[in-house]
Amino acid sequence: MSERPVLDVDIVCVGFGPAMGGFLTTLARSGLSPNVICYERADDIAFGVSGAVTRARGIRASFPDLDPAEIPMAARVAHEKVLYLLDPVGASRRSAGLRLADRATGAFRVASHHAVELPYTPPFLRKDGGFLFSIGQFNQWVGSQLMGSGAVQIWPGTPVLAPLMEGGSVAGVELADMDVRAALTVVGDGPVGAVGRRLDERFGLPPGHHPREWAVGAKMVIDLGEHVDLAPGTVFHTFGYPEPEIFGFFYVHPERVASVGIFVPSWFRCPVRTSYRYLQHYIQHPYLWRYLEGGTLRSWGAKSLAESGRRGEPYLAGDGWARIGEGSGSTNVLTGSGVDEAWTTGMQLAEGVAELMQEGRPFTRQNLEDTYVRRRRASWVEAEGCIAERARDGFNRGVISGLTGMALAGMTKGRFTIGGEPKPVPPVAEYYRGRIPAAEVRRIQQECAAKGTGAHDALMERAGWPPIACDGKLLMSLQDALLVGGKVQAAPGYPDHVRFTDSAACEDCNARTCVEICSGQAITPGTGAVPAFDREKCVYCGACLWNCPAGAICFEAGAGGLHSAEN
Amino acid sequence: MSYHIVVCGGIVPDPLQTLEPVMGPAGPSLKNETMLPAVLDPWAAHALFEAANLARNFAGSKVWLVSLGPKAKLQQVMMTVAQKAPFELVPIDGPAGAFTDPVGVSGALAAAIESIAGLDRQRLLVFGGWESATRGAGATMQMVGERLGIVDQFQGVDSLAPREDGSFEILERIEGGRHQVSVCAGPPALVGWATGSLPEPRNNPQVGMLNMRTIMPALQKARAANVAGSAPQFLSVTLPRQQRSTKVVKDLSTDEIAREIVAWIKED
Repeated sequence: MSERPVLDVDIVCVGFGPAMGGFLTTLARSGLSPNVICYERADDIAFGVSGAVTRARGIRASFPDLDPAEIPMAARVAHEKVLYLLDPVGASRRSAGLRLADRATGAFRVASHHAVELPYTPPFLRKDGGFLFSIGQFNQWVGSQLMGSGAVQIWPGTPVLAPLMEGGSVAGVELADMDVRAALTVVGDGPVGAVGRRLDERFGLPPGHHPREWAVGAKMVIDLGEHVDLAPGTVFHTFGYPEPEIFGFFYVHPERVASVGIFVPSWFRCPVRTSYRYLQHYIQHPYLWRYLEGGTLRSWGAKSLAESGRRGEPYLAGDGWARIGEGSGSTNVLTGSGVDEAWTTGMQLAEGVAELMQEGRPFTRQNLEDTYVRRRRASWVEAEGCIAERARDGFNRGVISGLTGMALAGMTKGRFTIGGEPKPVPPVAEYYRGRIPAAEVRRIQQECAAKGTGAHDALMERAGWPPIACDGKLLMSLQDALLVGGKVQAAPGYPDHVRFTDSAACEDCNARTCVEICSGQAITPGTGAVPAFDREKCVYCGACLWNCPAGAICFEAGAGGLHSAEN
Repeated sequence: MSYHIVVCGGIVPDPLQTLEPVMGPAGPSLKNETMLPAVLDPWAAHALFEAANLARNFAGSKVWLVSLGPKAKLQQVMMTVAQKAPFELVPIDGPAGAFTDPVGVSGALAAAIESIAGLDRQRLLVFGGWESATRGAGATMQMVGERLGIVDQFQGVDSLAPREDGSFEILERIEGGRHQVSVCAGPPALVGWATGSLPEPRNNPQVGMLNMRTIMPALQKARAANVAGSAPQFLSVTLPRQQRSTKVVKDLSTDEIAREIVAWIKED
């Protein structure tokens, strides 16, 4: 067996996002000069996907004089609204309770443009004093400052395949062609990162913890038309449409640009869930369309979100390694906030690491627990994470239970909420029972499979959703959207990073949710039992990973993906 | 035989982004240019890969990359480019916009090449992109060669094959999808590359680490260049009237593709 080349550094970091930005920024200012290298899978540090509205407490602690004018697309939060969106189409699946509520809004004439503006924004949702960011632009700004300082090397286009395990310790990371050995490996590769998942496989999760709640966040960046006079910093939080389970957002950046998106959660028990098609219906809701009509799509993107929050928290530290950011369970599912929490966990780890280095203590599990984890447990990230951790359980019973549970948790600081356990996604025919005969569902599925496409468009249209009237500017096919503003690059020389590991499970699978949920149409029905995968279309959202009920999808780290710096 | 290969390669906004020219108070620019991630100009990147391949095959050869662009952007781009092939960076701090005058740019590039210590003119090959993702005039490399007094120049090159007697056989693109075959006696010569035939190398972190030992100090010492001196005045900038019309197809015949492209061009 040939020896792999080895590089020795003090600290090796996996993934460059807000958490790693917080870690490296804080460490670079510590006065210490460890040899630090950070590897990022994507082709540029600006290719992260997330439109963030954030209180930015941790970010402002790092940059007290932060002027949003320094960061393209950034603005101060100026005006927030929470909207309940009614269904103007009549195709969404609303419970009897919700239908009653909808009728009541009509009777009391509280709706305008098919939406009800809530009279106030609950405190737990408000982002007073915060910022709107394009995370791509924010990452680029942070990364430029870090690299300009000379304290850190950040290497994009370099996927990390796995941690280097030595017994129960991590001794660095494994790249495609070499190993990097380090006293400390910092893992911030997000919710579907290969290194984080390998650590979970090796060490398991703390008792009672489980990463079973997820969502796909899909967004468009849109140039608004000349007629739109919404002020930068305007924020709409929405719920109720296109399906009651789907939350949405509308943020206004400077220069008449908006980020508009939805979250399709794992507890939306639709087997043909598709984020792009639902997003197209979302932006056409009359309340939003009056601002978006005449707009032009600039960019599009999607990512998986770890919606288990603190309850999905893995072990945060071990011998030679520590985890930060979204993959470490920092996202707050009650406040709908993740960037600031991720940044703050990075800061906390850097402070702990600096303390250990100054005292000459090694990066053992115990030492990292005493420094990093202790700081995290004593912080607002932990306190608010505990309040939030059961807040959304009610959605497993239904939307009204879920919303009530969230409100209860928010108002009682987590003491009360409504419980519920996740249920499996039903077969397609069962989901459409009463709307489409089972035989017709099967026929549509077969016809779509023969054409090599998913069935969601055909099934949704059969169930009452209107066809999308493409205008080539804002409403367009998914492939056009990918090519217009968020193009996918697949570097040559790498193997497929998505593989199907159990053909028998694929054969037994009726729903093929992996095909329907795929954000880039990279997974298609294929000609045999196993779906086909085209890496030239994969946007690395990772949704296939958690949408396979059999766990038969292997999702590795790979180079390439979306090239958009505005998402 | 060994070569001293100097590759001229600017940085451009990632061509996968949506680019839109706008007229600002300081002249024309690309909308959101500061926001866009930058990459090494794809044409120049081919030149770099060809240079690295040539250097690998002829022991004792060395590659320099002369690059004009804003220093911070150059640094960011180098974190990717440095992983592709071994080279020494000669950075020039200046604008990378699409509307920079090739006369000024070629002057800055030629001056930077002349300042490289130990450069042996008898072994010198100056490589660059025949075209550019932002300029496209095909003029810059020719002017660099003229400023350096290099008379053997080849543009639109797809292949450069050294021969045993030290000469090169060079294939230049000409009309009709054919190549013109030339023989060049040897260095010094200037080659404006088309696409060559080499794939983009996979990122190699080891190469990146080796390059970074010289790249970071070079970036810190990068001199600013004033390339705007004789810049032309742009009265207006617009996109072609044809609108983007994207299709993903894998089974269309070349005749059908050609017909569609011709129809699309005629829309203007």
